[in-house]
Amino acid sequence: MTASQRGSVSPEAGAEETPRRPLGAARPRHGEKVVKGFLALCAALSVGVTIAIVVSLLTPTIGFFREVSVVEFLTGTQWSPGFARGEFGVLPIVVGTLTVVVIALLVAIPIGLLSAIYLAEYAPRRVRAVIKPALEVLEGIPTVAIGLFGLFLLRPLAEQIFPFMNWRGDFSIGVAGVAVGLLIVPLIASVSEDAMRSVPGGLREGAYALGANKMRVSLRVVFPAAISGIVAAVVLAMSRAIGETMIVLLVAGAGNPNLSFDLARGAQTMTAYIGGTATGDIATGTTVYNTIFAVGSLLFLMTLVVNLFAIRLVRRFREVYE
Amino acid sequence: MAVDLTVTTARGRTKPASVTADGSDALGEPRPLPPTVFDVSDLFVTYGSHRAVREVSLTVHEREITALIGPSGCGKSTVLRCLNRMNDQVPGARVTGKVAYYGEDLYAPQVDPIEVRRRIGMVFQKPNPFPKSIYENVAYGLRVEGRRPKSELDDRVEEALTGAALWDEVKDKLKESGFALSGGQQQRLCIARAIAVRPEVLLMDEPCSALDPIATAKVEDLMLKLADEFTIVIVTHNMQQAARVSDRTAFFTAENDSEGVRHGRLVEYDVTDKIFSNPADRRTEDYISGRFG
Repeated sequence: MTASQRGSVSPEAGAEETPRRPLGAARPRHGEKVVKGFLALCAALSVGVTIAIVVSLLTPTIGFFREVSVVEFLTGTQWSPGFARGEFGVLPIVVGTLTVVVIALLVAIPIGLLSAIYLAEYAPRRVRAVIKPALEVLEGIPTVAIGLFGLFLLRPLAEQIFPFMNWRGDFSIGVAGVAVGLLIVPLIASVSEDAMRSVPGGLREGAYALGANKMRVSLRVVFPAAISGIVAAVVLAMSRAIGETMIVLLVAGAGNPNLSFDLARGAQTMTAYIGGTATGDIATGTTVYNTIFAVGSLLFLMTLVVNLFAIRLVRRFREVYE
Repeated sequence: MAVDLTVTTARGRTKPASVTADGSDALGEPRPLPPTVFDVSDLFVTYGSHRAVREVSLTVHEREITALIGPSGCGKSTVLRCLNRMNDQVPGARVTGKVAYYGEDLYAPQVDPIEVRRRIGMVFQKPNPFPKSIYENVAYGLRVEGRRPKSELDDRVEEALTGAALWDEVKDKLKESGFALSGGQQQRLCIARAIAVRPEVLLMDEPCSALDPIATAKVEDLMLKLADEFTIVIVTHNMQQAARVSDRTAFFTAENDSEGVRHGRLVEYDVTDKIFSNPADRRTEDYISGRFG
């Protein structure tokens, strides 16, 4: 029981020679907490804004469904909410939106993915150094500029290329789809290219070592391995196309909701309806006012479904490496 | 011209060999030499403006295991990748000198690198199965070659997996992802994938460096077995591995030239037993006895 015994050093041993500094912090570290709180606040802000948007959409939407039945809204084929005896069948403008989205994807998926494959697998470093930034600039072009380009350039051009179609007036839902497609090409190309470049080089080498040519390596090895990123790119682009307003407003026109499926004619989309109506003269609390929000809610729901569906799709087809 | 006879190597592995026309041995070894597969002379490899490997000359013989050993950065992997033109994939890589494959210049303009790689298979340092099923991994090279009936594909997949000593472990789960296997199994899967196309040569770039000792022993056993059929060139960090499996060993080292530029060089190339028991060069002796650096 003495301090001289091996292995039993008393706590006071040596304390006189070297005074020990206590392990507690010299000063309370308030700065750390402030930083953490501020960061959390910023993160919470975006969640809060999302909730605020949903709530602000919801209240007038509920008001709308007090006046118009859900069934009439979702199955009706006449859309004229602004008229004295308004019709509230949303199908024509939903079809307008879907037409734009389908055409946009038909244009953008092949062009976007093929450019991504070229950039990720084929392009020499110098070419890539030019094209990649150019794509990113294209991504930043104001949609109103693309809308004007569609209205004054693509629309007359389309009439010359397809003279057999039934062109009437200045607007065309088909051309609007193509213009939206051009808008989302850079998005698809850029995001899928990143996905393909992040596929480990070892997979490529493995395929090359078996005598695969470049096309086979790109399409059969790199592309499937990058599929989750590629699907994410397409979904992102699809959401963008669903929500795109300015281009469709300019190229497809704000009026003429119809179910004719005539690509050469103008047609109204959901966003164009909201944009066109909200900028007009409407009193809050009226049916028309509530209608805008009801369409907005439906739009929100559609993008949500697309996103959820895409997540499931990715889980199923993902090829996990490493 | 060539007469078949049986040569027993120092490790007791019995294998067929041939006598060269003049019966002599370039390395001054009394036993007759099997035919030359690779004849590398005065090889230089440049990455951009950097000369990675200089003045490498060596010959690789049929159905032998040739090991390339040496410290990191000595250029052994670079030399290996010249043998099936994998360096073509590296931007800025340039190869000068001569690499003859059965007498034909591998870098001649009319040579198709894709055809070269179908004949000369490769296994990499890190197991790199494709994110596909075990079956599809092995069938990949066969599908690259062209369409085949399903039954033939099945046979060849089984043959390759059996050859890679993996069939018994995976025969009930061929549809599962290649990534479901352990590291050692993945590497044997990659070997199966490489031998499924029945290549003439198998290049192995540190095939065991990512494996534990038990998996390493399995792959080494496999290499000895495969050497009855294939010519194997292996790069390894592990000197014991070179001593255990190879017939010939090339020792590389990294040096600084007069301008201080670091590059790889071949120091000594001889039959493995001689390299490990009685090396001619002091640097080889230092390295194999662990007195390196």
